Amino acid sequence: MTLNQKIISKKAGRPVKEGEIVIVDVDACFLQDGTGPLAIKRLKELEIEKISPPKRSIIFIDHSSPSPNLSLSNDHKLLRDFAGENNIILSDIGEGVCHQRMAEDFVKPADIVIGSDSHSCTLGALGAFATGMGSSDLAVILGLGKTYLKVCEAILVEITGKFSKGVYAKDLILYLIGKIGADGASYKALEFKGCELDMEERLTISNMAIECGAKAGLFPSDEKTREFLKKRKRENDYLPLESDEDAEYVEKINIDASSLVPYISLPHSVDNVFEVSEKEGLKIDQVFIGTCTNGRVSDLGIAAEILKGKKAKTRLLICPASKNVYLSALKEGIIEILIEAGAVILPPGCGPCVGIHQGVLADGEICLSTANRNFKGRMGNPNSEIYLCSPATASASALYGKITDPREIL
Amino acid sequence: MKISGYAHKFGDDVSTDIIIPGRFFHLRSNLVELAKHLMEDAMPGFIDKIKRGDFIVGGKNFGCGSSREHAPTIMKIAGIKAVLAKSFARIFFRNAINLGLLVIECDTDGIEDGDYLTIDGDGFIENKRTGKRIEFVPLSPFMKKILEDGGLIEYVKKHKGIYSIFHYLVQK
Repeated sequence: MTLNQKIISKKAGRPVKEGEIVIVDVDACFLQDGTGPLAIKRLKELEIEKISPPKRSIIFIDHSSPSPNLSLSNDHKLLRDFAGENNIILSDIGEGVCHQRMAEDFVKPADIVIGSDSHSCTLGALGAFATGMGSSDLAVILGLGKTYLKVCEAILVEITGKFSKGVYAKDLILYLIGKIGADGASYKALEFKGCELDMEERLTISNMAIECGAKAGLFPSDEKTREFLKKRKRENDYLPLESDEDAEYVEKINIDASSLVPYISLPHSVDNVFEVSEKEGLKIDQVFIGTCTNGRVSDLGIAAEILKGKKAKTRLLICPASKNVYLSALKEGIIEILIEAGAVILPPGCGPCVGIHQGVLADGEICLSTANRNFKGRMGNPNSEIYLCSPATASASALYGKITDPREIL
Repeated sequence: MKISGYAHKFGDDVSTDIIIPGRFFHLRSNLVELAKHLMEDAMPGFIDKIKRGDFIVGGKNFGCGSSREHAPTIMKIAGIKAVLAKSFARIFFRNAINLGLLVIECDTDGIEDGDYLTIDGDGFIENKRTGKRIEFVPLSPFMKKILEDGGLIEYVKKHKGIYSIFHYLVQK
């Protein structure tokens, strides 16, 4: 069995087959301030007397955090009140972006995790079956604790070798998306194997599984998973999990990490991927490092390594993925280095990635971002352009004000 | 089931950021107001061009991106009766069904902007301009049932829970 079949079978209490629709109990679910208010509206429409949400149900205020205007303040109030009235955990402003917080504190291997956010697939890094759904689905999950799932086919991605200097997990996932296309894994799960990647790298890769259409992006649960949970004082949550040797995959892709180079995704499609060296010299206006894709300590650390003692030539926005990340980066002296290099540190959360506030681009401007999407209009202005890359490429480029291959600096 | 309307044609990879951009995030609790901005970055003035009962037609990977159910919700509010595309992004497809918005996966190459289409729920579309029929694979029984009941919320209400729906289907 594949990882996704194994997890769903365990939950269903019987072996499941690809293509069948099963009703399962949900272990952990979450809403955010973009999709939460509509989910509450739908839940009311369900007219359930007493709701039965999963024990780990969390509401995040992370997308427009702190609130930039009145109507969003009212949405936030609705969410806070709902959480209070229904004994649901609230992760309020400044706590961080939902996917990072779910990984830090709430998700265990072999869980079924449903988030009302497309990047919920991030949690596959911990060996959970995690996927994004809409507000109606979350309303039913909050009301009944259950959802319907179609058991999907899976693509196996085997990773061998080690990254060369200047190449990171973000480059690997951009390479994969460029190779199979923005719909290359639609309705399928991506399952990764054979890698020595640590949890922060896995989270970056699983996060972007949705950018090639995947329903989930799963890693086995192994010693690296245990190490991560132990650091979070959750070692008891550990459960080893891997796919069977004879698991059937619809496709197998091999990636030799040592053959990869820094990659960049050009507007307005994530699969529009080139080698950074091919696009060097293009002038940029703003650099954004952070989000659920690349806002972790190792990401900020690499940025500090490149920017230490120097000044950025562009606007440089940095958004730690969570309060926990922020504090660690502060203690390690990373934040000080970044601020001295000209960075503006934004409160933990989604930052400018969703185009609501904090760094909306002017007409004709270009942003080099470590986020996961470069769709037209994504960062608040359809007349601007977003390029996606690793924190190393972003930092090196910030230093020169133009797209720069980080291998020239490191 | 037979419905007819005009097609509004878009290309490949129509993202949820195109359907409803993040810059209108503050209108998400005001869906009628939000609907006025439907597809405006792809086709300025789109909301004034459409008539109730029209169809949105895309290429491949329609609805890629966000889980925001607001995207198919405002299509429904704007009066769009169906979305046709070569392929759909998974979350958009599920959201549309959950809302009771018809989504059809078919070859859309033969459809041009402004074509008058008649959709027969049994599996084909007639294009009045070309006179040609486009066949499609009807939805799975489970998805079809949710759609027919008017979406997931109505479905759960009608069958009193999600287990009973499951049993209902198994019995069938």
